[in-house]
Amino acid sequence: MKGSEALLKALEREGVEVIFGHPGGAIMPVYDALYDSPIRHILVRHEQGGVHAATAYARASGRVGVVMTTSGPGALNLVTGLADAYMDSTPVVAITGNVPRALIGSDAFQEADVTGVTMPITKHNYLVQDVNDIPRVVREAFHIASTGRPGPVLIDLPKDVQLSEFTGTFEVELDLPGYKPTTKGHPKQIERALEALEKAEKPILMVGGGAQHAHGELLAFAEKTGIPVITTLMGLGAFPGHHPLWLGMPGMHGTVAANRAIHHADLILAIGLRFDDRVTGKVSRFAPHAHTVIHVDIDPAEIGKLVRTHVPIVGDARLVLREMLKGAKPLRLASWWRELEDWRTRYPLRWKPRPHLQAPEVIRAFAEATGGHAIVTTGVGQHQMFAAQYFPVTRPRSFITSGGLGTMGVGLPFAIGAKVARPEELVIDFDGDGSFQMTLQELATVVKYGLDVKVVILNNGYLGMVRQWQDLFHAKRYSEVYLADSNPDFARLAEAYGIKGVRVERKEDLMKGVEAVLSADGPVVAEFKVYHEEGVFPMIPAGGAAEDMILEHPEEREEVEA
Amino acid sequence: MRHVISVLVQDHPRVLNRITGLFARRGFNLESLAVGTTHVPGLSRISLVVSGDDHTLEQVEKQLNRLIEVLKVTDHSEPHVERELALVKVHVAGVEERLAVKDIQEAFRARVVDVAQKSLILELTGDSKKIDSFLEALRPYGILEVMRTGAVAMSRGERTLKVREKREAV
Ligand SMILES: Cc1ncc(C[n+]2csc(CCOP(=O)(O)OP(=O)(O)O)c2C)c(N)n1
Repeated sequence: MKGSEALLKALEREGVEVIFGHPGGAIMPVYDALYDSPIRHILVRHEQGGVHAATAYARASGRVGVVMTTSGPGALNLVTGLADAYMDSTPVVAITGNVPRALIGSDAFQEADVTGVTMPITKHNYLVQDVNDIPRVVREAFHIASTGRPGPVLIDLPKDVQLSEFTGTFEVELDLPGYKPTTKGHPKQIERALEALEKAEKPILMVGGGAQHAHGELLAFAEKTGIPVITTLMGLGAFPGHHPLWLGMPGMHGTVAANRAIHHADLILAIGLRFDDRVTGKVSRFAPHAHTVIHVDIDPAEIGKLVRTHVPIVGDARLVLREMLKGAKPLRLASWWRELEDWRTRYPLRWKPRPHLQAPEVIRAFAEATGGHAIVTTGVGQHQMFAAQYFPVTRPRSFITSGGLGTMGVGLPFAIGAKVARPEELVIDFDGDGSFQMTLQELATVVKYGLDVKVVILNNGYLGMVRQWQDLFHAKRYSEVYLADSNPDFARLAEAYGIKGVRVERKEDLMKGVEAVLSADGPVVAEFKVYHEEGVFPMIPAGGAAEDMILEHPEEREEVEA
Repeated sequence: MRHVISVLVQDHPRVLNRITGLFARRGFNLESLAVGTTHVPGLSRISLVVSGDDHTLEQVEKQLNRLIEVLKVTDHSEPHVERELALVKVHVAGVEERLAVKDIQEAFRARVVDVAQKSLILELTGDSKKIDSFLEALRPYGILEVMRTGAVAMSRGERTLKVREKREAV
């Protein structure tokens, strides 16, 4: 057996069923072996699309996503996607070919120091020097990627190693003396947390992406205690978006209720989140009344990194919540809830109605038509925030977006990965005209594998989010954000790929458009031409605090307040 | 605050890259780094000198611990022995200077490891402060070259940088 076959066998042993990838010279032996392998391969049109698809596959399924590329240019095309997966703690294993060992370091054709380049954006990486190491490295890579705080791991495989005769064993034992994640929370700290919780008058539960797998425990804990719940962008879906205990998303474009709750809370129980600056705003002004911060995270380095923590609990969200659930009691929060309810009813999410078709109403229409029962992916920009605000997903692993890196172009490849992972689900990509054009070549992947994904482009003719900042903070000097003069006809573009195209331009055609997308038998690219100068509100300007929240565009204030 | 940190690592290729990369990336200030093997095959020990406040130090330790190949991290706040080795090439023009340098050498218990017509190489071991003063004392005579290893450290007494019972203590 050759190294290439050993690699595939090792992957099979990890339960890998699908690999997203793109071939090339330095990985050809593995592609040759793939020809006879039961593992399915999805050929993408750009390696970035492959790593994003693998990321979404992982996030939608809870398994490890796998991407494979050739050396040099192929491997380097993974950089953005690996960084994206790293920032959002997603288990991905990337396999890259490399030039033969003898040529490493010689500036050979298509050589790049891929382990060097990806060191800061992977949880760990390997350059395999010995063919017999392949099973051990694969075993370790999957273990490291999927346990503790999940993250991407890269395996770089020189071509001659792929071609060498494998004489080793697949029966390898994990021996990683420096890697022992703590999963069980410390009982003393859990006890302290519960005591503090019982004494709190205004507690809140903040949930991040690290609790997606703990949704059952989370729901039980929240319902038992009656504590208000806030989910970050990465946490959306970990708690049902229609639940009465849910206050919405915090941070820059969060709800008034969620941000005020944080501002007034005397206790914050934070689970599986990392206090990103898009959530906290200026840290020194974050949650000024919270005399107790309980932080549950599997990564000890996250605890106390940005926000002062009084009760640190290192552990897996699910296991910790299970323990906490045992001692949890119903909390007396009637007056706190009256306050919260008041904010919630006085400041619901809303948009200023206009004669034009508007992005929030398009998303709301899809949310209503589907009952929130879909896997949503997004690009990055205003449409992403509108999707987070107006499409309250009901189930975990159903809102797949780029949180930490904010990577434009993830929408379509994310949809592809999610659909491959969960083919029975309705998958909708809410995308921006700018974001979509960063990876639209993956429409070919959609066609090739007949993936039924619904791409909904909210076309405002601008790099909308940048335009919004220029509007608010740069005196409307719209520098280099106009797209409408050069955008393609998206519906016809879809048709060029053999995909159904839909275009909706007028408000009165909205429902017809939604219907056309949802009833289509197969993939659709739908372009909704939306109001070009819409803003996402509420908004806390970068570096601000909850008190600095603006509810609508300053120039439109009076009209809305009336 | 200046801290000396010991790190026990698996001596895999690029492990030093990972560590220095981490410092660069996270904006931690790395003053010196000294590495060597241990008596346990496959394990190396690194001494780092870092400065920063408590919060920074806590992050340095936590981020180091996140590296897969890092087995153990200790901040030497407890009583410990700290040593650095320096090689100093100093200019000696005439007999008079040679005698004066010899006085300094004896006072610091340094050793002469190379003698040439117009220069000497001196070797000194001690904590970093001692080496600093040694260099200050020699400076008037014309220091030609200095090579310092960076500090290495070890806890006093019974404390060891142990990994787990199964392995031999390091
Ligand atoms: C790869 C990448 N480049 C640049 C940015 C900066 N950026 C953030 S939002 C945005 C505009 C997005 O425009 P579009 O996709 O059309 O969405 P809209 O905001 O209009 O909904 C830009 C350029 C980014 N996040 N990612």
